[in-house]
Amino acid sequence: MQVVRTVKYEEELDAGFTNQVASEPGGDAIWNCLQCGTCSAICPVSIYMDKTPRRIIGLIRGGFRDEVLGSLSIWICTSCYACTVECPQQIRITDIMYIAKRMAMKESQYQRFVVPAVEEAFVKMVRKNGRLTESRMGIKVVRKSGLRSGVAMFPIAWRLMRKHRMSLLHVERMQDPASLRAVLDALEPRHAPTAPAAAPSRAAGA
Amino acid sequence: MTGYLYYPGCSLKGSGAPYEKSLLAVFSALGQELKEIPDWNCCGATAYLSVDQDMAVAMAARNLAIAEKLDGQDVVAPCSGCYLSLAKAKATLAEYPDVRARVTAALGKASLPYEGRVAVRHPLEVLLTDVGPEVLKKRVTRPLKNLRVAPYYGCAILRPYPGVPSPQAPHSLEDLCRVVGATPVDYPNKARCCGGMLTAGVQSVGLRLVEILLCEAKAADVDAVVTTCPLCQYNLEVYQERICKAKGKDVRLPILYFTQLLGMAFGLDDHALGMDQLLRVPLVAPCAGVKA
Amino acid sequence: MNPPAEAPRIGVFVCDCGFNILGVVDVPAVVKFAAALPGVVHAEEYKYMCSDPGQDLIKKAVQEHGLNRVVVASCSPTLHERTFRRVVSEAGINPFLFNMVNIREGVSWVTEDKVQATEKAESLIDAGVRRVTLQEPLEARSEPVNPNVLVIGGGIAGMHASLSLANANRGAKVHLVERQPSIGGNMARFDKTFPTLDCASCILTPKMTEVKIHPNIRLHSYSEVVSVDGYVGNFDVTIEHKPRYINEDLCIGCLKCIEACVFKDARFPNEFDLGLAKRKPIYIPFPQAVPTKVLIDPHDCLYLRLGTCKKTCIDACEKDAIDLEQKPDRVSLKVGTIVVATGFKPFDARRKPQYGYGVLPNVYTALEMERFLSPTGPTEGVPLLQDGRKPETVGIIHCVGSRDKNTNEYCSKVCCMYSLKLAHLIKERTGAEVYNFYIDMRTPGKGYEEFYERLLSEGLKVIRGRVAEVTKAALTRAEKDHLIIRAEDTLAGFVRRIPVDMVVLAVGLEPQSDTQELRRMLNLSCGHEGFLQELHPKLAPVSTATDGIFIAGACQGPKDIPETVAQAGAAASEALSLIHRGVVEIQPYTAVVNEELCSGCKVCIGMCPYDAIGYDEEKRVVHVTEVKCKGCGVCAAACPTGAMDQQHFRKELVMAEIAGVI
Ligand SMILES: Cc1cc2nc3c(=O)[nH]c(=O)nc-3n(C[C@H](O)[C@H](O)[C@H](O)COP(=O)(O)OP(=O)(O)OC[C@H]3O[C@@H](n4cnc5c(N)ncnc54)[C@H](O)[C@@H]3O)c2cc1C
Ligand code: SF4
Ligand code: SF4
Ligand code: SF4
Ligand code: SF4
Repeated sequence: MQVVRTVKYEEELDAGFTNQVASEPGGDAIWNCLQCGTCSAICPVSIYMDKTPRRIIGLIRGGFRDEVLGSLSIWICTSCYACTVECPQQIRITDIMYIAKRMAMKESQYQRFVVPAVEEAFVKMVRKNGRLTESRMGIKVVRKSGLRSGVAMFPIAWRLMRKHRMSLLHVERMQDPASLRAVLDALEPRHAPTAPAAAPSRAAGA
Repeated sequence: MTGYLYYPGCSLKGSGAPYEKSLLAVFSALGQELKEIPDWNCCGATAYLSVDQDMAVAMAARNLAIAEKLDGQDVVAPCSGCYLSLAKAKATLAEYPDVRARVTAALGKASLPYEGRVAVRHPLEVLLTDVGPEVLKKRVTRPLKNLRVAPYYGCAILRPYPGVPSPQAPHSLEDLCRVVGATPVDYPNKARCCGGMLTAGVQSVGLRLVEILLCEAKAADVDAVVTTCPLCQYNLEVYQERICKAKGKDVRLPILYFTQLLGMAFGLDDHALGMDQLLRVPLVAPCAGVKA
Repeated sequence: MNPPAEAPRIGVFVCDCGFNILGVVDVPAVVKFAAALPGVVHAEEYKYMCSDPGQDLIKKAVQEHGLNRVVVASCSPTLHERTFRRVVSEAGINPFLFNMVNIREGVSWVTEDKVQATEKAESLIDAGVRRVTLQEPLEARSEPVNPNVLVIGGGIAGMHASLSLANANRGAKVHLVERQPSIGGNMARFDKTFPTLDCASCILTPKMTEVKIHPNIRLHSYSEVVSVDGYVGNFDVTIEHKPRYINEDLCIGCLKCIEACVFKDARFPNEFDLGLAKRKPIYIPFPQAVPTKVLIDPHDCLYLRLGTCKKTCIDACEKDAIDLEQKPDRVSLKVGTIVVATGFKPFDARRKPQYGYGVLPNVYTALEMERFLSPTGPTEGVPLLQDGRKPETVGIIHCVGSRDKNTNEYCSKVCCMYSLKLAHLIKERTGAEVYNFYIDMRTPGKGYEEFYERLLSEGLKVIRGRVAEVTKAALTRAEKDHLIIRAEDTLAGFVRRIPVDMVVLAVGLEPQSDTQELRRMLNLSCGHEGFLQELHPKLAPVSTATDGIFIAGACQGPKDIPETVAQAGAAASEALSLIHRGVVEIQPYTAVVNEELCSGCKVCIGMCPYDAIGYDEEKRVVHVTEVKCKGCGVCAAACPTGAMDQQHFRKELVMAEIAGVI
């Protein structure tokens, strides 16, 4: 049995984190959280999260940068917006999950998990073709999540192909994908606000 | 300026093909024009928003800007996910001036001025409000009597930009069921998430959500579940066998698009509605075909 | 106009208001600026101008510098204009040669930048000095105060205020107007009250009876106030008595008519029981109703609805009290003061569809639960499920509609406490396991925290988490055929699904739905949540912006019975203090006509809302009846020739003031 010490020292926290989140679109109302738990209770997947949405909000407000960006919760969120419409303080929890995802992506705090990898692959594909080809994406998902899932997906893919709802040959693309890229390239990449004011150190005080 | 602009989205060109077929068939049966937006691009879905805020908004907004450049008619987005991406981009651009400044500048470089003029709408709402239940009812030749249906909305059509009324107490699908003579059952989880992309990303979680929805529909003894979104339809349909095997319960059920339900009642051809592309088709009640 | 008789010698007094003004405005600089303004012979600064030393300082300066006009730059005139006018008049200057400039609410509290704030204060003082230079001496008029009082609303607040007034105010009448057939308000619905759990009717019914028999109270039940005119001390009120179809003077409350009604069964929802119990077309709302007189609902009565009925009720009545042809009747009264005690409306639980009210069985509001728990209620004091069983588990959901930006943002203040009370009573009557779901448990008050402690030791299950939904979609065997409450137990750190038999929704307190009409009729204001607004939250909690009208109880904001009664007493004493003073000062801000300019076009006559302007056929000019004029100023604005002017707000004064600011 291992005994873990969970105290948090102020110097381990990132005091600027909350304001960084609050300054992104959708993050505005975060200071108003009552910690009522409605978000967690309505969330269809909170029971699978390492930290419930309410805790994520609480942690952001407390400046627990590493705990938030490193959590599985933000990737388990299905973006169903149930929390956002139910929150009595009109906090846009879903948007805050997205803000955290973007920060985590930028700081590569996520790699151990399949969802973010798939999302990057998605983005790559639509940048290239302008559209998504489901079968190709499916293959990428299978590749990221291992052989077992590939075996399980095979009969499904086979049935869909027989119904002409999936094809390994067809690639769905715009006539002129470059016209989309022109728009995207005119934007500066803005994953997230720039690096934290004071980098928190996980080891401090341990 | 009649008719609507049509934003199909990637799914309707793939696994959601039956949705596109039945949508087009129903709209044309009603004499409503759907004009596909030329060279549309992916709406960005949830994935792009996890990577880059501005680009995600720009992806969706490019389609809206093209629509504005055409006649500026309402954009009909049948995929609930696309509906949400487009509506969200529009709302973000209206609410956050700095995002708007950056994104409109980028669109401007591609000669696509964006003003936020076009409305984004889901076809379920278009059919129920623009066309109206009375007109739909008149077109019904094959009332789907004895068909018990679980109305399933999922998330994106309801939240947070309700495409049909009331995130907490939606009733449009029930209204539609009544129009075609079918019986909508009480389906308490009708607005709960289908698992979205989690059925791919974290299957244990995604499939559990699907299982709950299917079991509930089964318990209500329905003939089919009717959906408004290709991702919902896909999730509820394709994993049935796996859930049966893993959980030892029978969750097999036909999963229809609402447009197919409507098309069936209009007496349209099964093939034209993409019924033959579903993995499981409902037995239409024996009295079908007899005019009420 | 009339040029000032003597050259102006103006004194300007700038208040620091502690740090309130000094913290933002550079007061010494402002004083220096003021001293240099034309007409100003003296300017000074003081820490608290309204304090006794501050007042003395003004009086002394008047003597020393021979001042004949005074400007005080400090807080809002609503707070201290009266104070300083008195000071000035004690110093021998006509009080209308004084002007108050607001540099606190108008400047320091709303401006961050110190330089801007100082500039703004200076220009406002400049404006005030220019204005005071042109002001004229005026005399306030005084009018007698009519000792009769109107009390609107017969809940605990209205009853308590009426009794306090009636006991002290010999020879005058209190007119208590209640729109329902009985007085008692919401408290009459309760069985017990927190935190003492004393029996509500044991403390309420004696009061109701006292109201009924008190010689100084005239109770207008089942009535509405339809109009109020006039001003403090002299209000003209019209009250409409809705037809009960019963002659109140004859009915002795024997209830024989109810028995005799052609409807054998009670089948219409009883409003007092919130529809949980049924009544006949002819009924009394509840056994202890005051007045104990029956009434007939014209929507349900066969005769009144369709014109034909055997009218067995009439035969049964030995007193001949039933009058099916009764019409509404109106009475006009004169009163000097008004107490508004119209109470609250419970939040409509249908606005939170996620809790299933009106859709799922066995989901009730707290007020409905109060009726279930009442011995005179639909289940005679024992809450029962729709199938007649006693519930084994009950969930009470706090904050329904409250603390929620989608509905009401404010805390309704009493629902934590009443939810604990309900939990206790439900446990006591049914033995059920009770869960209370709360965001924060709010129990401040004498004996309140102790009550919470008591409930905890009784084994109440409290879960700190706001309920997300009530559903019947079961996932486990135990959940089957139950209502499932989903909430995060934020203290335990788990999302929980709790199956219960019955759900009670602790609905919040909202303003009455007709508050806006009432507000317009009485010329009051409302806060942003819609409750009636007091003049000052701390210092004038039961006064309103309209002199002579006071507010008490839940119409002013959510509050419990002890606070309501305290406010009702305060409102009564404020009214009494006016009555005992006997006279009120009427500001001389009336309109005056310059007959030389008046063309007799009569535009103003049609505009005046108070009928104060008449036409002199001989002189072919209009004239103003001073006692009727309320100084609203519409006539002055409407007059095309500039003949009409309003005292103390003459055009030159207003123009001078504007010139000072720009
Ligand atoms: C479920 C519940 C339980 C509660 N339990 C307790 C408790 O145990 N202990 C406690 O201290 N407090 C309790 N309260 C709070 C308590 O109800 C209020 O403090 C109290 O009722 C306020 O009294 P009121 O006279 O101001 O208003 P009300 O009781 O609302 O009475 C207002 C009266 O005015 C009448 N009226 C309204 N408008 C007009 C009009 N325009 N003209 C004429 N008449 C009008 C109404 O018909 C009504 O009779 C509870 C509240 C609720 C909702
Ligand atoms: S629902 Fe809103 S207020 Fe409640 S805990 Fe979640 S974010 Fe905070
Ligand atoms: S949006 Fe994400 S966090 Fe919010 S309820 Fe849905 S899954 Fe949960
Ligand atoms: S008139 Fe008829 S219906 Fe009306 S109260 Fe009398 S008996 Fe009842
Ligand atoms: S008193 Fe309690 S239940 Fe009522 S709104 Fe306030 S916190 Fe919620």
